Amino acid sequence: MSFLQQKSKIIDWMKKNLFGSWINAIITCLFAIIIIFIAKAVLKFIFVTAKWDVIPANLKILMVGQYTASEVWRVWLSLSVAVFLLGVLWGVKRGVIKTVSFTIVAIFAIILLLPFTSIATKIWAAVQILLTFAGFWMGNKFSFVKRYHLAGWLISVPVILILLNGVGNMKDVNSNLWGGFLLTVLIAVVDIVFSFPLGILLALGRRSKLVVVRWFSIIYIEVIRGVPLITVLFAAQLLLPLFLGNGLELNNVLRVMIGFTLFNAAYVAETVRGGMQIIPQGQYEAAQALGLNYVQRMTFVIMPQALRSVVPALVGSVIEVFKDTSLVAIVSLMDLLGIAKRVVANPQFLGRQMEVFLFVAAIFFVICTVMSKISKHMEISSSYGKN
Amino acid sequence: MNRKTTTPLWKNKKVIPIILQAAFLVVLILLAVFFISNASRGLQKIGIKLGFDFLNSTAGFSIDDRLIDYTPSDNFGRALLVGLFNTLKVGLVGIVISGILGLFIGIGRLSSNWLVKKITGGYVEIIRNTPLLIQIFILYFAVFLPFPHIERNINFKNIIFFSNRGTAIPWFTANQSSGIWLIFLLIGLAAAVVFWKVMLKKQVESGKSMHPMLWSLGVVLIAVIAAYAVTSSPPVQLSLPEINKLAFKGGYVLSSEFASILCGLFIYHSAFIAEIVRAGIMAVPKGQIEATKALGMKKGATMRLVILPQAFRVIIPSVTSQFLNLFKNSTLAIAVGYTDLFSIGNTIINQTGQSIQIMILMASIYLIVSLVISFLMNCFNNYYKLVER
Repeated sequence: MSFLQQKSKIIDWMKKNLFGSWINAIITCLFAIIIIFIAKAVLKFIFVTAKWDVIPANLKILMVGQYTASEVWRVWLSLSVAVFLLGVLWGVKRGVIKTVSFTIVAIFAIILLLPFTSIATKIWAAVQILLTFAGFWMGNKFSFVKRYHLAGWLISVPVILILLNGVGNMKDVNSNLWGGFLLTVLIAVVDIVFSFPLGILLALGRRSKLVVVRWFSIIYIEVIRGVPLITVLFAAQLLLPLFLGNGLELNNVLRVMIGFTLFNAAYVAETVRGGMQIIPQGQYEAAQALGLNYVQRMTFVIMPQALRSVVPALVGSVIEVFKDTSLVAIVSLMDLLGIAKRVVANPQFLGRQMEVFLFVAAIFFVICTVMSKISKHMEISSSYGKN
Repeated sequence: MNRKTTTPLWKNKKVIPIILQAAFLVVLILLAVFFISNASRGLQKIGIKLGFDFLNSTAGFSIDDRLIDYTPSDNFGRALLVGLFNTLKVGLVGIVISGILGLFIGIGRLSSNWLVKKITGGYVEIIRNTPLLIQIFILYFAVFLPFPHIERNINFKNIIFFSNRGTAIPWFTANQSSGIWLIFLLIGLAAAVVFWKVMLKKQVESGKSMHPMLWSLGVVLIAVIAAYAVTSSPPVQLSLPEINKLAFKGGYVLSSEFASILCGLFIYHSAFIAEIVRAGIMAVPKGQIEATKALGMKKGATMRLVILPQAFRVIIPSVTSQFLNLFKNSTLAIAVGYTDLFSIGNTIINQTGQSIQIMILMASIYLIVSLVISFLMNCFNNYYKLVER
């Protein structure tokens, strides 16, 4: 009986959603045929044709590039710092961070369970999982952690950079050797961290009453937004050494980071400006009436409100930045995609382009999907406040 | 005692802004001087002169993909022009295809058909969350390049050929009667529009069905018959591709480079446009759709006459920026070796070392084209803007 009921329910659902009218039925059949063909081809490739052994054979180089093999523990340690901080954030904020933490734990669990990863990798992956939960526990339990956890993020960036580069007795690993996924993440993080304050300054400049500052900001923002990112990256590679002269020697990675930051600052500025524009004039006037000066008005009244309203948009731009980092492969940096290109060019792995690039695409896909979920969640929760 | 209270200089509301701006200007100028002096010293050291004279010297490299005549003995300026045309080609074709594809996918995401909704949704999610450059690499290195050598090409009923030299598709070639056909067709179309308007007006006034669509179709048909009667030949010849001595003959050959950059661009940006279209359609108030139902309008007519015109107002500004992004992203062509403006510029930098001038040239050309595109889209926007009565 219940089976029959269920069956009729399914038929009803299909009638409504797939075969509502004869046009609908034709469309359904057409799409079904197309999707079956595609699915068949994709599944056949993934499970039959593809030779996935190229991925484990190159996993180290894809992840950290030419980073000295004996020093890879420093990368893991840096990761631990970030993961621990994320756990703390989860303990303090809950909400969407929970999903993020679980995704990260799941990724490490997969690494732990994969057959081809080394023992050291497995141990490190287990440590990351434990640290996530330890962070959660601490963030949940101690109030001083709750108060200062944001400072932890700020400190972590230079700490991680120093750790990766080597300090004191540690072996020096030049940033020229950083590569793979590590470099992708580093470029993205450095870009976001530095372009954010620069973008806020530009947004303030664009709305400033000082004519010179305003015009400078407008021209800067519009020119940067009008040219492709690749031009800026090439300019950073080719022109920066020329302009800075011989006194300042910058390596490839730093130059690209500067180019990225200068580029992205213009986009951040426009987003922040959008947030400033929706703040009612009364707020400015009230702040002025309280006798606050310009800096106080902006830092304590305008910016907190403006930034809060554009946080989802900023997360969206973080996704764009993360995807854009793949462009550094064109200026011959060995980021994740650059390494992938090199692996493909290796005669030992001839004809494995699809496998390698799909693997890289999958990494980007997982990270970007998680971030876009965060952004969507924030949009919804910020719109609750308005009602 | 008559003491005049004067505000000190550092608190004077009129003086402070001037001082601040002057300080800002001084810093800017100092920076500029620092940069320029460094650059000129560096250029002197390697013996490169500024100026655009080098554009007149012989290029010496060949370009396979081109729309205008070019030989290696032409100068750099000509090579850049070839690149500009290539950029415009990939940009314009990409904009048209991604716009149309994005519109349909966006509508598909709101379809009542569950399967269509899920498939379009999956497409958008997958494409939006992976970098464009990886998609282009997959298309170029894993799809178009591994096609077999031209001798062992994969062909589809001898109509479409796939090989590592490129993809050949059937194309049309003009003959001597094409001009006459064009004139007749233009006249026919213009007459059709007039007939359609007149008949529609009559239909609205009289309330009787006057079949404006049939009328205008008939007018076009008459024009076609007349043109055939005059020229007694079809307007264009269909040219099928064939293989002749390891090269394609006839048809239209899309080089692997062009095909992968074009496919990459329109696949990536159509997903973004689909999201914009979806948001735009969802922004149309529900009452509008209910009103069309109450009036007894058909589904297609509702979409065409009520929903899309209103949605376009929301859609156009965002789609404009997507088109601009597509145009700017066409510079990724350099990654697969398609000879667009940027990759030719890069070749010239490698040959001559004139990096500053080429970079300035590139930036200004991309800026100008971006401005033109946004100007055109603004005109379109004004056309669709809400008319206040």
